[in-house]
Formats: sequence, C-alpha cells, structure tokens
Amino acid sequence: MKLELRGITKRFPGVVANDDVNLSISTGEVLALVGENGAGKSTLMNVLYGLYKADEGEILIDDSVVRFTSPADAISAGIGMVHQHFMLVPVFTVAENVVLGIEPTKRFGALDIDKARQLVREVSDRYNLDLDPDAIVEDLPVGVRQRVEIVKVLMRDAKIVVFDEPTAVLTPSEIIEFFSIVRTLIASGKGVVFITHKLKEALTIADRINVLRRGKVAGAADPKTATEAQIAEMMVGRAVQLTVNKKPATPGDAVLNVQNLSVVDPDGRKVVDDISFVVHAGEIVGVAGVQGNGQTELVETLSGLRRLNSGQITLDGKDVTHSSPRDLHTSGMGHIPEDRQLQGLVTGMSITENLVLTRYHDGMFSDGVKMKWPKAKEIAKELVANYDIRTSDPEQLASTLSGGNQQKVIVARELSRDIRLVLAAQPTRGIDVGSIEYIHEQIVKERDSGTAVLIVSTELDEVMALSDRVLVMYRGKIVAELDPKKVSHMDVGLYMAGSRPTESAGAKS
Amino acid sequence: MKDLLKSLRYTLLALVASLLVGAIIIVITDVDALKSGDFGKAFSTVFNAYKSLFQGSFWGVRSISNTIAGTTPLLLSGLAVSIAFKGGLFNIGATGQMLAGGMTSLWVGFAFDGPGWLQVPLAVAAGAIGGAIFGGIAGLLKARTGAHEVITTIMLNSIASFLVLWLLKTTLFQREGRPDPISKPISEASRLPRLFGFLDGRVDLVAHAGFIVALLATLFYWWLLKRTTVGFELRATGLNSDAAKYAGMKTKSLMVIAMLFAGGFAGMAGATEVLGTYGYASTSLAGNIGFDAIAVALLGQSSPIGTLVSALLFGALQAGGRSMQANTDVPVDLIIVLRALIVMFVAAPLLVKAMFRVKSQVVSQGQTFRGWGG
Ligand SMILES: Nc1ncnc2c1ncn2[C@@H]1O[C@H](COP(=O)(O)OP(=O)(O)OP(=O)(O)O)[C@@H](O)[C@H]1O
Ligand SMILES: [Mg+2]
Repeated sequence: MKLELRGITKRFPGVVANDDVNLSISTGEVLALVGENGAGKSTLMNVLYGLYKADEGEILIDDSVVRFTSPADAISAGIGMVHQHFMLVPVFTVAENVVLGIEPTKRFGALDIDKARQLVREVSDRYNLDLDPDAIVEDLPVGVRQRVEIVKVLMRDAKIVVFDEPTAVLTPSEIIEFFSIVRTLIASGKGVVFITHKLKEALTIADRINVLRRGKVAGAADPKTATEAQIAEMMVGRAVQLTVNKKPATPGDAVLNVQNLSVVDPDGRKVVDDISFVVHAGEIVGVAGVQGNGQTELVETLSGLRRLNSGQITLDGKDVTHSSPRDLHTSGMGHIPEDRQLQGLVTGMSITENLVLTRYHDGMFSDGVKMKWPKAKEIAKELVANYDIRTSDPEQLASTLSGGNQQKVIVARELSRDIRLVLAAQPTRGIDVGSIEYIHEQIVKERDSGTAVLIVSTELDEVMALSDRVLVMYRGKIVAELDPKKVSHMDVGLYMAGSRPTESAGAKS
Repeated sequence: MKDLLKSLRYTLLALVASLLVGAIIIVITDVDALKSGDFGKAFSTVFNAYKSLFQGSFWGVRSISNTIAGTTPLLLSGLAVSIAFKGGLFNIGATGQMLAGGMTSLWVGFAFDGPGWLQVPLAVAAGAIGGAIFGGIAGLLKARTGAHEVITTIMLNSIASFLVLWLLKTTLFQREGRPDPISKPISEASRLPRLFGFLDGRVDLVAHAGFIVALLATLFYWWLLKRTTVGFELRATGLNSDAAKYAGMKTKSLMVIAMLFAGGFAGMAGATEVLGTYGYASTSLAGNIGFDAIAVALLGQSSPIGTLVSALLFGALQAGGRSMQANTDVPVDLIIVLRALIVMFVAAPLLVKAMFRVKSQVVSQGQTFRGWGG
C-alpha cells in the first residue's frame, strides 16, 4: 500500500499549521518526520488520521483519492495511530482495553472475553510484544502501555502505523525494545511513520527522513549519509550547537541540603531510601537513573507535593522539611515537573495565565484581591519572544500550543522567576534541538549567576552533558556519585542497572 | 463578546432543535387530529401552542414581567451551580442553600422595622450569608473528610427542607392564627420594589427588583472569575487540581470558598423570592428552582454570560408555558419536556463529563487527541 498526502494545507486561527505539504509513505518502510516544535507534524498526522479536515489538498491511497471525515474512515482504510497520551481505561485489563469498540460477542451480545484474550495473545505473539492479556493497565509501566496501544492498532488491521513522539516518555531500554517492535512491524509488511525530536533515533531506525519547517516541507535526508547536525540545520534554518557549552562550575555555599531522606509510598514500599546529598550554588547536579527508581518521588518530595517519612531538607540554611509548595516557591524554588499536562499546565487556560501560574500571587501580578492582567500580559509577551514560544496570540488557550511549545511555557515560567534552586525533571522532553540548545543555555546561565540546579532526567545524554556532578539512583538509593567528564556513558549505564563497572574510573564513591 | 455570541448560538440551536421535537410530540399526542388524519389541524395546534408560548414570554409588558420574575431565582441559583462547577465541584444543593438564605432574609424582613433603604439591602445580605454558611458546610465536609459534595449537598437539601418545616411551626416564624407552616409576612418596607411600579394599579406585573440583584450578582461573578486572584485560583483548581496544587494553591480552602460563594448566590435566590415574590415563606419556597439551576448552569457552560442567557430562556419558557396552558390544549408539562430536550442537545456530554470528572479538553474542533502534548 502506498499512502500519499498532496498539497495539504491546514489553518488555525492566526497560523498556517500545514502549508502545501506533500508526503508519501509505503508499506515496508519507516519514515521519520522531524521538525521544530510547532512545525506542524502532529497536525499533519491528525489530518491523515481523519481528526482534522484539511483546508486544501488530498489524501491518496494507491493513487486514488480518499476522503476521511473521522478516524473510523482512516482506520478502515488501514491507517493506525498511536498517540502519545494513551487512550486506555486504567482499570480495565489489557484484553478489555484492546477490544474496546470492537468487542467480540457471544450470543445476546455478551462480551466474549476469552476470545478477546486469545486475540491479544495471538497478536502479541506474532509481533513479539510480550503482553499479558489479564494485566490491569494501571499497573503497567509506560513502555508496556504503549505496546497495548500498538496491539489495539494492529487488531484493527492497520497497514500504516503512525507514532507521534513515541519515545518521549520511554526509558532508554524501552526505546531499544520499541525499535525492535518497529522492525518486526516492517518485516511483516507494515509501514511506519515515526515522529521524534531525537535525531539519533531517526538516523537509527528510519529508511527516509522528512523535515518540516514552519508548516512546509523543508527537505528530505538520507539516514545512511546524513548527520545529526545537517538535519538539525535543515529543521531550524541555522547551525545548532548540539553539545552543551559551559565553563567549569564554581560551586558556592550549599543551597539544597538533603539529609537521610526516606519516602514510603501508599503501598508501603520504600521508594526513596535514606538519601543524602547537597546541591551548591552555581552547580548543576544531575540525577541519572532508570525511570521508576525513586526519582519522581524524590522530586515531588523536594517540591513539597509529597510527604516524607524521615529526614531533613534545608534550602539556603532554612529548614523546609515540611514546607508547602507555596512556601518553597517564595523561598526561591523553581520546579519544572515531570508531566507537563498533568501538573505543569492548566491547558484550559490561556498561555499568559499559564506563564504566571506559579507566581500570580506575587505583588507584581496581584494586589491581593485583583489580578494585574496588563502586567501579566506584558511579561508573557516578553517570555513568548525570549523562549520562542510559537503562538499567534498569548491569549489563546495553552491547549492550542504544540507539545514542545507547552513545555517551553513551563521552562520559561520557572526559569524567569527569582530563584535560588531549580528542580528540573525531564526539562527538555519533547523539545526540538534548537530550543534544547536555548534551554540548556538558560540553565547554564542560571548556574553561572549562582543558582543551584538539580536535573532529573532519564535522558542520559542530557544528564551527562549538562551536569557538573552526576548522582545515580537505583532502587531508591544513591548508588554512585560520578564526574561526568571522567566516566563513560557505558559505566553510568551499569550503575543505573544496579551493577558496578569493574574499573571504577572517575567514581568518587 | 465572543462568549456571548457563542453561547447565544448554542442556545439558539438547541432551542430550535427542541422546538422541532416538541412539535412532533404535540402532533402525536393530539389524538383527535391523528384519528381524523387531519394534519392541517395538527399543524395549527402546534402553531397556536408556540404562538402563545412566545406571546406569553415576550409579548407585552405583562409577559415580559412574568419572564423577568421567573428568571430572577433561576439566574441566582444558576450562578450557584456555575461557580461551583468552575471550582470543580458539582453543587446539587442550591435548593437547600435557597431555603437557608430565604429563612435568614425572612427573619430580617419581619423582625426589624427599619426604613426600606436599609431593610432591603440588609435582608438580601442576610440571605446571602445564610446561604453561604449552608453551602460552606458542604465545602468544609469535602475539604476535611473528602465526603463527595454530590452526596452531602443532596442530604443537606433534605436537612434544609425539614428544618424549614420545623422553623415555620415555631412561634418565632409561624404566622399567628395559622395552623399550617406559613411564616409571618415581612414588613412592607422590606419588600423588594416592583420594577413596573410606576405603571399605576397594575398589580399583575410581578417582576421585582430582585432581577437587578441577580444582574449585579452576574456582574460580580464575571468580575470574580476574570479579574480577581481568587477567581484565577478557582478556575485553575476546577480545570486541573493537580496543577493547582503544584502551583501552590490551597485547593482545599478553595473548595470551601467556592461553596461559600455558591451558597451566597443561592441564598440570594431564596431572599429575592421571599422579599420580592411572596413576602413570606412557606415550605414550597424553593420549588424546583434548585434543580432547574443545574440545567441553567450546564446550558450556560458555567460562564457568566451563558448562565444569564440560559436563565432568561428558562424564565421565558416558564412564563410562556403558563400562557400556553391557559390558551390552548397543550399542557404546561410540554415546557418540562422542552427544557429537558434543550439540555440534552447542548449539555448532556458536558454533564456526563462533569459527573465522571473526565479530564479532557473541550471537544470542539476535534481537539481531543493531542499527543503527549504533541
Ligand atoms: N487546535 C489548535 N488551535 C489553534 N492552533 C493550533 C491547534 N493545534 C495546533 N495549532 C498550532 O499549529 C501549529 C502546529 O502544531 P503541531 O501540534 O502540529 O506542531 P508539532 O510539529 O507537532 O510540534 P511539537 O514538536 O511541539 O509537538 C502550532 O503553531 C500550534 O500552535
Ligand atoms: Mg506534536
């Protein structure tokens, strides 16, 4: 099957999200779609999937024009889509989720759950997905949930499968598994469209790379010959610094001091286990670790959103062990949360409102009773310009922003406050290379002006590039403190997996 | 302005659609016409019914006055449901809050003997405070114990009804010489002035200044949401309470605040009924208004202007329905059907979402499926 998009144009109020885009994809190949935040990748795929109606242009399957008015049309034409936000019912089993909407029934319409189970097992075996049909979805890690979504798509006989930033929420090992799933799909005659901001991934898995820029096709690249730098330049229109440029740190006094911190989750598991560390003014400390080893809980506790069981936390010498988020904000803590849509943003509010979400109570924006909206709008305009947040109007809802631009709103808001300490969890998740460069610059600038920075990321490259010191977390404990200039990625990876490299070069503990 | 147009358009579409379905219902229940196969007659039944519906709601001073009188409590109690919605709470308790506010304003209305310029504002304020306290209970229960506000407000409705029944039998409230639960009348000075009082001798023009109170309350609601810090916090909490917590908002106090305001609005609805419409209190003081308020808020999507528009629509239907019943064979029950249809056409998906607290963006423009933000 060959799928072709011809001259697709899609306009939103104030922006042309897709501007005369041509694109084709055949079964048996992986097409990587890359481009800046807001370039129109998701929009284009939503047009293809029947969620949006294009203003101009047509879709062709095997050279004949088709018209999709809803995802149902696209699905029956053999197109499947795995969204980043999974559409799963958390309390249902894998089998129940997979057959939702296409339930096999026994007589009198009763759900034939055995049939459903068997179907899941079949598909799962055929594509090496390793899924237990009886597992409850909410108990599964993100990578496995994604496989449930993949089964859903495959059960509906998709020939072309679209993945919108599938790797943004996956851990490095899950990404490797994901790639082997993609290879299996290709081997069994499917076609795959793969959207990503990690150019390395595009080079690894894709047969062809298409670049979108400001709604238009900016060109194509051959993964066999192209380099990351070339693609980055094609995306952004200028050379991009892919490595972090920074001077050696000059650490000052301790800003964040964590002593013997332990956190027990509601199920009684010790998720953070007797951790002690210090972050000094003017240094960036990275926390590396495989997702689910207590980093999320650590950050939530430090930011006042989760109760700790024992231990002490001080900020600039002040005891903040039991402080509320508000107290922490006013004492100078900035926090870039892990999940932007769950915590970081109120997508039903305007961009301006989101840009002041953590400091609206400040005298600058509120007199205690009334909000000073003109002032907020002025600051919002500045931040939108500085952080290159792509929007036609900051008064629009944050939900109209592309994913990466939503992330930029959070980063802009937290870094622009008057802060002594930044907790940054996955700060550049879903952000394009050009903006990553800018955000990294800003973080280094904060450091150089004397702010303490704690970065928590599953992106090992980012942690290694940005940090002055790296702490490795494994099963709730800090198992190593490393100097990123002296250890290899390989060795850090070993620590993250709970083992110890034989020759502990650069390890301080 | 954009909001106004949008809500007008929605409401209008829903109105037209439900009038069409309503017409079908009138025809199939018109047994005589069906038997004789006389569709001309069926058509004229529909035409006459809708004509008197319209005339009864807008044609002439009397109709307009009736519409205004019906709209007043609906708007105020609609605001009570709307503001709770904005803060992420489902307030089923407007009835109880109306009763509470009605009783406190009643007490001020007959116990004191001040001049009108003092009595009226004092009695309305007393109603707001009474309602606010009653609404605040549900908010406090939720914040302290996590008791779901749908359950507690329903129970508080029963508590309020029986409390009123009991109070109206006490010597403090019960009218002398009456065996039934009817209150003393409020003092003449405490009555909300009639809006059409300048037209001498027209006692049939029942609209009163409670409507102005309701309009001011709507304006206040708009100001609170759009301009104040607390309104900002309420909206953020209602849209995404996790993000609100992250932003350092005290989401539990905000629940209480939302319910205080909600109760305050509903309390004023009770007050204007007592001070404007009846001049005394009985057990049927709140009627169905507290429940119709839910429909008003849903239809108006909880926005200030939307709540105003839908309260006006429901007020007009109510006024028109009575004249329809009087002038044609179509019973006033059709109005209930029409209202239900309107709400179904506009708000059923929203109702379902609100009840199940589905966190998702508005479905307009197929906006549902955005990737991990992408
Ligand atoms: N529903 C909408 N209303 C208004 N504007 C929208 C809407 N959806 C997308 N846009 C705009 O269209 C443009 C393209 O957005 P899109 O989500 O396709 O970008 P993207 O390439 O997927 O970016 P990212 O890499 O950040 O996910 C952006 O400027 C965005 O703000
Ligand atoms: Mg996207």
